[in-house]
Amino acid sequence: MNSTAVRSVGTPSTRLFGLLAIACMTWVVVGGLFFTPADLNQGESVRIMYVHVPTAWVAYLAFIVTGVASAMFMFGKKHSLGFDRVAGASAEVGLMFMAITLISGSLWGRLTWGTFWEWDPRLTTTAFLFVTYLGYMAVRGLGGSPQQRARRSAVVAMLAVLEIPLVHFSVVMWRSLHQRASVLSTDGDIKMDGLMLTTLFVGVIGFTCTFAWLVSHRQRVMAMRDILLATQLDSALNERIAEGSQS
Amino acid sequence: MSTSPNIARVARVVAAKDLRIEMRSHIVVQQVLPFAGLVMVMFAFALDNDDVLQRVAGGLVWLATLFSLFIVVQRSYAIETSDGALDALRVAGVDSQGIFLGKSAALFVQLITLELLLFVLAVVLYQVQLSLAGLVLLVTCVLCATAGLAFVGTLYGGLTAGAHGRETLLPLLLLPVVAPVVLSATRATESAFLSGGAVLADGWPWVGVLAVFAALFGIGGLLSFGALIEE
Repeated sequence: MNSTAVRSVGTPSTRLFGLLAIACMTWVVVGGLFFTPADLNQGESVRIMYVHVPTAWVAYLAFIVTGVASAMFMFGKKHSLGFDRVAGASAEVGLMFMAITLISGSLWGRLTWGTFWEWDPRLTTTAFLFVTYLGYMAVRGLGGSPQQRARRSAVVAMLAVLEIPLVHFSVVMWRSLHQRASVLSTDGDIKMDGLMLTTLFVGVIGFTCTFAWLVSHRQRVMAMRDILLATQLDSALNERIAEGSQS
Repeated sequence: MSTSPNIARVARVVAAKDLRIEMRSHIVVQQVLPFAGLVMVMFAFALDNDDVLQRVAGGLVWLATLFSLFIVVQRSYAIETSDGALDALRVAGVDSQGIFLGKSAALFVQLITLELLLFVLAVVLYQVQLSLAGLVLLVTCVLCATAGLAFVGTLYGGLTAGAHGRETLLPLLLLPVVAPVVLSATRATESAFLSGGAVLADGWPWVGVLAVFAALFGIGGLLSFGALIEE
């Protein structure tokens, strides 16, 4: 292979996801900011929904993908590192979307309910999910061979699948015993017209395509890094062997 | 791969070894227990109100336990990794499930000792009241919560053992996981103390959550601990 040749970094599927993402996002920006009406109760602040709802969906999707890919690594016969890389890439991208969800939700909450934060089960679980996956990323960065990294992080991802429902359940129990209506009940107040619903739906597709596009590129970069590590090890071994044969 | 026929025997030996090391080194008695006691005193300084202290005593006891948990877990693995003892156990073919149960049991005993001190301090310093029925609830709560803490502590301690920056990584990993324990144990303890108008009967569902937590992470730990410590 000619090392100076310019190689394409995309594949037909990444290009498709990329183009779909651009088209949908353009619709969301233009439609969400200019063409959709303001909400009767919430006014202009309802436009945050076009970012908040799709990013929340993608964030949860990302962590499901991480959990499933981790389980496939652990229980698959070959313990394929491909699944580990998809799990890692998905968690990384999911963390970014979850940060956007938390920030946009908190701003929306300030405008709608008057507070940045409510101890609502869904909000609290989302925050815990965010911190849990920060820990997951830290475990991925612990070092060691790719197989070690994959095994450790797969166990953490699968333990998170145990942890998150428990956190959610205990917070639900906590709030149900401690007065105050859940903020969830106010979510249903938005009366959506056709264009609002369509824009939201396009947003969900657009953010999902962005997620797929980012994950497919990120896992490819991870694969190249693993190959590079292996190549460096091989070349170092060959150098030592060559030194040995000279002496 | 190990084919040890008797996990319980391995667990007993590992637990006895860990506890023997702790009894001889006096680290828990001379450092961890005074630390936990000091945390309780600091809470009193920070809150500076007898009524508030009485109201939140349950939460403060579990927070002090949590802070001490990090130290005890790190200590539990420091004795394993400093001389490569954990690797030696694995190379010797010792069953990983036995190691998990043994280290959890040793951690359980140390945490129970610590909590006993903390509850005595809560009665003395924060003036909480405890009835006989409350005591039954409290003891059940402490047993279930401590089992859960010991299992997750052993599990995540094993994960970070020998890693760079484990002192900071362990709290980051453990805190979100033990959040249901802190929440449930605090509510159950408040019911046992009848603090802030809490009702005794409200405490038992929380003990149920603690038992489920301990069972889930006990099983999860048994199944995954081997994969974590294999290098």
